[in-house]
Amino acid sequence: MEEHFHSVRLTTDRCQGCVSCTKRCPTEAIRIRGGKAQIISLRCIDCGECIRHCPCRAKAALTDDLADLKNFQYNIALPAPSLYGHFSADIPVDAILSGLINLGFDDVFEVAQGAEIVTLAIRDYLKRPDIIRPAISSACPAVVRLIQVKFPELIDHLVPFDAPVEVAARIARAEAAKALGIEADKIGVWFITPCPAKMTAVRRPLGSEKSNITGAIAINKIFNDLLKVVTADNQLVKSKASWVGVGWAVSGGETSAIDAENMLAVNDIQNVIDVLEQVALGKLKEVDYIEVLACAGGCIGGALTAENRHVIEFNMKKRIKKKKSLDPTAGRLPRETYTDFELGSAGRRAIEPIPALRLDEDIAKAMSKIEIMDKTLKTLPGLDCGSCGSPNCKALAEDIAQGLANKTDCVFILRKRTRDLAFAMVDLAVKLPPPLDKDHNDDY
Amino acid sequence: MPLRQGVILEFELEGSDFNGAGEASSKIKRTLQQLGIRHEIIRRIAISAYEAEMNVIIHAYRGVVKAAIYQDRTELTVQDEGPGIADIELAMKEGYSTAPAHIRELGFGAGMGLPNMVRCTDKFDIKTEAGVGTRLSMTIYH
Repeated sequence: MEEHFHSVRLTTDRCQGCVSCTKRCPTEAIRIRGGKAQIISLRCIDCGECIRHCPCRAKAALTDDLADLKNFQYNIALPAPSLYGHFSADIPVDAILSGLINLGFDDVFEVAQGAEIVTLAIRDYLKRPDIIRPAISSACPAVVRLIQVKFPELIDHLVPFDAPVEVAARIARAEAAKALGIEADKIGVWFITPCPAKMTAVRRPLGSEKSNITGAIAINKIFNDLLKVVTADNQLVKSKASWVGVGWAVSGGETSAIDAENMLAVNDIQNVIDVLEQVALGKLKEVDYIEVLACAGGCIGGALTAENRHVIEFNMKKRIKKKKSLDPTAGRLPRETYTDFELGSAGRRAIEPIPALRLDEDIAKAMSKIEIMDKTLKTLPGLDCGSCGSPNCKALAEDIAQGLANKTDCVFILRKRTRDLAFAMVDLAVKLPPPLDKDHNDDY
Repeated sequence: MPLRQGVILEFELEGSDFNGAGEASSKIKRTLQQLGIRHEIIRRIAISAYEAEMNVIIHAYRGVVKAAIYQDRTELTVQDEGPGIADIELAMKEGYSTAPAHIRELGFGAGMGLPNMVRCTDKFDIKTEAGVGTRLSMTIYH
């Protein structure tokens, strides 16, 4: 496991040192130092807000390439359901899956199938009387990390299941290894991802020791190539997922798949923070389940998608509606049971809090830092302009208390000090020593 | 090491000011996180502060929430100017509430405030005088 791996990276040449990303980061993890953005690793939750809001497109997510497929004997693509929304509803899912084969994959396993197993597991979980309510979805890795950093007291609310993609990867790898008789680690299992946080979750799994996913390939990296090979003529690969699993791509899809009473679906990281605040205050206890997705609109709004999220949403909804009307099973899931192996319930690690907001390991030192912060904050202008490179005045006060910034990083304080200095200089300039001061004719 | 003075946070509250509700408790929570206090403890302090804050907003004219955070404990005091509590014993019962209908419609005033505070704190003290106001003192050990 790579303790500090983050998929979100900075293309230094492109970064102009503007403050857009610092202001958007929900955990205040970015500072501008030396004219370039820097990410405080411990605080970053890989939500992709900085990628989305960088005007210079200097933020990117490190993902894998199709070229990496050659390192494996057999390669399986795991398309996120949001990929389907990149195509108009006239293009069948079968055609999209077949297109992935044309790109060089040997097989395809739909993440929506993983979502269906997780759906069943959550339905069963919510029947338990002993669980802490509201149960919170663990499907969005950015939200899980947000909880680790900002709401550690809510960790026990998280449903103890892997995200659908992890479940899909586990099954895909095991099935292929068995069917082909090759070693499991010679099989490449690649997530076709709309989301940088999922990439991080491959390298730093949440709740398990090692991920079953080999790597993640951004949708926007392969979309152009995929467009060229997807045709209605080629529909060799058959989709196995129902619209229930596919619906997880759009905000509200997860709750409607689980279909219990008292559900809440929240999307967009700031809204998620607001609702988690409420849960932390002991509210929303009557709610059984909260679906929380970091991106606006859900996974279809991921930072690595290749289309406008509203376009994807439209396509998805149309597709789901069409599927519903054609579905002879009336939306029942293709399966009714799952095994512990598929779900990966054995060997799950506890999700630990990340104390990224703590000022010092020593509480006495932390207390004196808070005193410094408070004093400093009172002297700052409170305009939250971000010109100092910290996201707001409060964060600058914190950085000063930590010894990582200076008061004169604030342009207003610098300007005031310069003015005071200028006045002092003028003041001194008129004060010549008496022997030189010919105009000075005071009588003694 | 010399005995340090704690971190003192103080917030003024206006009765019926629902827009500002929760601000004091979330600032207290943030400070406790910066100090690295265990999250189970933070949760208890935040909930107690929030319930007390809401009580002032729902029932009183104005009040002050004060959190004094020391290395080993947090002391919350909430002093309000308001009608006071007519029957404390009754008020401490779960589900008993004198909140008017329009407050209940907002989802507040379920009669869980004081019992919640007692549940979340290690020391709890309430003093009230009819027509003058109420003072709550709570201590939570870290």
